[in-house]
Amino acid sequence: MSRAAALPLPGPVVGMLLLVATCITRPRLADRIRPTTSGLLSHLSLFFVPAGVGIIAHWQLLRSDGLGIAAAVMISTILAIAAGALAFTWVARMTGSEEPDALKDQGHE
Amino acid sequence: MSDPLLIWSYLAQGPLVWLTATLVAYLIGDACFRAANRKSWANPVLVAVILLAVLLIGTGTDYATYFEGAQFVHFMLGPATVALGLPLYDNLPRVRKAALPMIAGLLAGSVTAIVSALLIARAFGITGSVLASLAPKSTTAPVAIGISERIGGQPTLTAALVLLTGIFGAIIVTPMLNAMRIRDWRARGFAIGVAAHGIGTARAFQINQTAGAFSGIGMGLNAVLTAIIAPIVLSLFG
Repeated sequence: MSRAAALPLPGPVVGMLLLVATCITRPRLADRIRPTTSGLLSHLSLFFVPAGVGIIAHWQLLRSDGLGIAAAVMISTILAIAAGALAFTWVARMTGSEEPDALKDQGHE
Repeated sequence: MSDPLLIWSYLAQGPLVWLTATLVAYLIGDACFRAANRKSWANPVLVAVILLAVLLIGTGTDYATYFEGAQFVHFMLGPATVALGLPLYDNLPRVRKAALPMIAGLLAGSVTAIVSALLIARAFGITGSVLASLAPKSTTAPVAIGISERIGGQPTLTAALVLLTGIFGAIIVTPMLNAMRIRDWRARGFAIGVAAHGIGTARAFQINQTAGAFSGIGMGLNAVLTAIIAPIVLSLFG
């Protein structure tokens, strides 16, 4: 469907937005599908495993350019998490949209 | 046919053996994660991928053969992404309230992820299709592969880089944000979703429902934004 409409959005993301829209119009549906979705989401990690094993198909490249790739992936991930979290909290403070009950208790996870 | 070896050789020819191996590897990974007291370095995806990679190399199986069996698990990525809609729906009032912080976090996180990755890689002398494969690494795998194809990258390399990013992000995020004293679950979740897509989101759901919901939104929004800005940024590096 995403392909037919030539949207820049990938299919699963369109599906996610459609699910939200459907739940808004039919709130009872949300309770009926909740057991299914929470089951799927609790094992979200599992579904990434097959693609992850694909790393072995690129062994040669990782041996030649591995250091640069590792540095790029690691450092940019650290910077992106920091930039995203800082920008979010700064703007939340500026616009007064902080939520006290969404705060983490320091000291334990 | 009662000989276990015969049964094994029969099974090894069918795709089911790699499906089973994937599930068992994940169960072992999950068990390690629980045994390690849910510490982030014992990431279940990382453990499962290492186990399977060793098994494939040990048995001389190529990736295409493995994927034929494991594709059933891979296929579930799509429905699971759709399922992220429900926590998003449950948190809708919070999401509406946080629209501005989310836009700021999305722009900062997404641009930083692409530009810094390309700058560092180029400093190491990486160019061409490898550079293009690196650009969409913070987006969720199916989207990143599509972007990579469009900008001249190698789709399977992108899939691997996406996974590395996700696993690394999921491992680093808790100690890092604790050190930065970021206590807002919404900011914590959103940032990891933007930087480390579905694996980061899976990690966020292990810790806190609010963080998980915001992480799912961050992942979805970043998929859209990266599709738009990755080609532009890459052309600046061309």
